[in-house]
Amino acid sequence: MADLSVRIAGVEFPNPVIAASGTYGNGECYTELYPLSRLGGVSCKGMTIEPKMGNVPPRIAETPSGILNSVGLQNIGVHGFVEYYLPTLKEEGNVIIANVAGAVLDDYIAAAEVLDASDVDMIELNISCPNVKAGGATWGVTKEGAAAVTHAVRKATKKPLIVKLTPNVTDITEIARAVEAEGADSISLINTLLGMRIDINSRRPILHNNVGGLSGPAVFPVAVRMVWQCYKAVHIPIIGMGGISTWEDAVEMILAGASAVQIGTAIFKDPYSPLKVIDGLSEYMDKNGIRSVSELVGQVKPW
Amino acid sequence: MSYYCDKYVITEKKTLAKEIYSFTVSCPEAAHAAHVGQFANIAADGFTLRRPISICGIDREKGTLRFVFEVRGKGTAEIARANEGDTLDILGPLGNGFRIPEGKKIIVVGGGIGVPPMLGISAKTGALCTAILGFRSYDKVILDDEFRANDSNTIVCTEDGSVGVKGFVTVPLAEELAKGETEAVFACGPEAMIKAVIKLCEEHNVPCQVSLEQRMGCGVGACVVCSCLTVRNGKEYYSRVCKDGPVFNAEEVRFNG
Ligand SMILES: Cc1cc2nc3c(=O)[nH]c(=O)nc-3n(C[C@H](O)[C@H](O)[C@H](O)COP(=O)(O)OP(=O)(O)OC[C@H]3O[C@@H](n4cnc5c(N)ncnc54)[C@H](O)[C@@H]3O)c2cc1C
Ligand SMILES: Cc1cc2nc3c(=O)[nH]c(=O)nc-3n(C[C@H](O)[C@H](O)[C@H](O)COP(=O)(O)O)c2cc1C
Ligand code: FES
Repeated sequence: MADLSVRIAGVEFPNPVIAASGTYGNGECYTELYPLSRLGGVSCKGMTIEPKMGNVPPRIAETPSGILNSVGLQNIGVHGFVEYYLPTLKEEGNVIIANVAGAVLDDYIAAAEVLDASDVDMIELNISCPNVKAGGATWGVTKEGAAAVTHAVRKATKKPLIVKLTPNVTDITEIARAVEAEGADSISLINTLLGMRIDINSRRPILHNNVGGLSGPAVFPVAVRMVWQCYKAVHIPIIGMGGISTWEDAVEMILAGASAVQIGTAIFKDPYSPLKVIDGLSEYMDKNGIRSVSELVGQVKPW
Repeated sequence: MSYYCDKYVITEKKTLAKEIYSFTVSCPEAAHAAHVGQFANIAADGFTLRRPISICGIDREKGTLRFVFEVRGKGTAEIARANEGDTLDILGPLGNGFRIPEGKKIIVVGGGIGVPPMLGISAKTGALCTAILGFRSYDKVILDDEFRANDSNTIVCTEDGSVGVKGFVTVPLAEELAKGETEAVFACGPEAMIKAVIKLCEEHNVPCQVSLEQRMGCGVGACVVCSCLTVRNGKEYYSRVCKDGPVFNAEEVRFNG
């Protein structure tokens, strides 16, 4: 049997399949179907220092092979997360990743300090959420903004730090380099692509927020391209995501340069999809005589 | 509360009205776990999201669940193509069902495609149940015979008066409530109807439970897209229709968000 374990920023994952932030709650919602321990890790719902109500509904619209969402970071706050969810997560899950968002630098720092003193295994910095008018995209779309928030959080925590990049930029590699230079241990990408749908009868956008983030199979080729570009630009490990729904997608993402993958939207239709990806990857490796995932990372043979 | 996710065989398909179908599905575990008022998230081939559909009937002995739905768009049209013997990909039962008092007189109010989730209450309460069912016109009327077969006092209303009482469900509801015998009201239907029902119940001081709709992602509480504004202890916050609902106590619900 192939060895599926991977190591990212010194953290050992039993397999490279992680539930994506915002699509898997805080790990509590699918335990009716299978134990959390089957996944390599879980990236928890994006959290802020204070609880957030989120955007006015509707917050979701279906699109060809994807969805738009405008949740607006509804969450119970970092303290609530640490108190209510983290103990169970640590007991039942493997790698626990806290996804952190903020509107101003002090929010990020304060949240990182709380998490630094907690049992989370890693922090994933969300500098890319397109939903929150005050924060999110403004940090992640310039290399200066991305560097500033990475720098501040790096100083606030010794936990392994993943910076999650937004695809809504002209050149993602310059953002990747900027956060690497500020001490990010890993980058994850892609977050959602900004989109819009309109009801032609009411002439109203379907999302009350007017615009929202696109995810699901529709974004997969964009994600693969960006992971490949970043793989060539930085030396830190990459966690690839965006539209993965089958094990073949996961292999493709790993070949493009991802050391691990996250799965989000696909879980809504098939809650078992992460497990199918793990099994399919394992069989693919056995069939091709690959002993370790690392033998595949970035092994695309470009023309 | 446990739920399941699997493909289950359709044992019966019926057409109830134009573009309104009844599917009975053999799914013993899910049927055993299900409560009146819960829903299932049903996959449509070729679509990224499942479609939430209420449970219309539960038969624990036969191990079946029944769903009644109207074709509203491409996803429900795809689901409607399935035939007896085919499978339906179901995630469920999901959410919180109705809390039905025993041995008390109750009223259920259903509007249009909000009628199916009410049938389970009628099945449980029989003659103690008054069912007020509203439809646009005669060709949209569904399930009224089944409410009657449960011995429920069944009042059909149509907006155009083509069958039953002409007008909205609120007219017979006000009359029934005025008798002062009703201990609880249950409602599902368009938002305007639900608001009017809640108002009447407040006036008559009768507790009311409503089943709400919202666009959903996961259906199991994980993605917080299905929010509805609620209030508890004077504080407003967003609840998840899929997990905290779809059934809410009327006094918790705020519609302006
Ligand atoms: C808890 C719950 C129970 C329901 N029970 C029933 C039922 O028993 N019978 C029935 O006929 N219908 C029911 N509905 C409504 C049903 O889910 C929608 O009619 C259906 O999702 C429309 O899908 P579509 O692809 O045909 O339409 P489209 O308009 O093409 O759908 C596009 C997207 O919007 C969503 N959507 C559209 N309308 C609604 C709606 N009213 N509520 C939620 N999502 C919507 C779809 O799920 C899909 O994601 C219920 C909805 C909820 C939330
Ligand atoms: C409903 C929803 C909520 C999300 N919330 C967050 C979030 O809180 N923080 C974050 O970094 N990404 C969030 N994302 C983005 C996902 O983690 C992921 O980057 C994106 O959806 C692409 O992957 P996918 O196509 O597999 O879903 C969210 C996505 C969805 C669909
Ligand atoms: S649909 Fe995901 S939380 Fe309700």
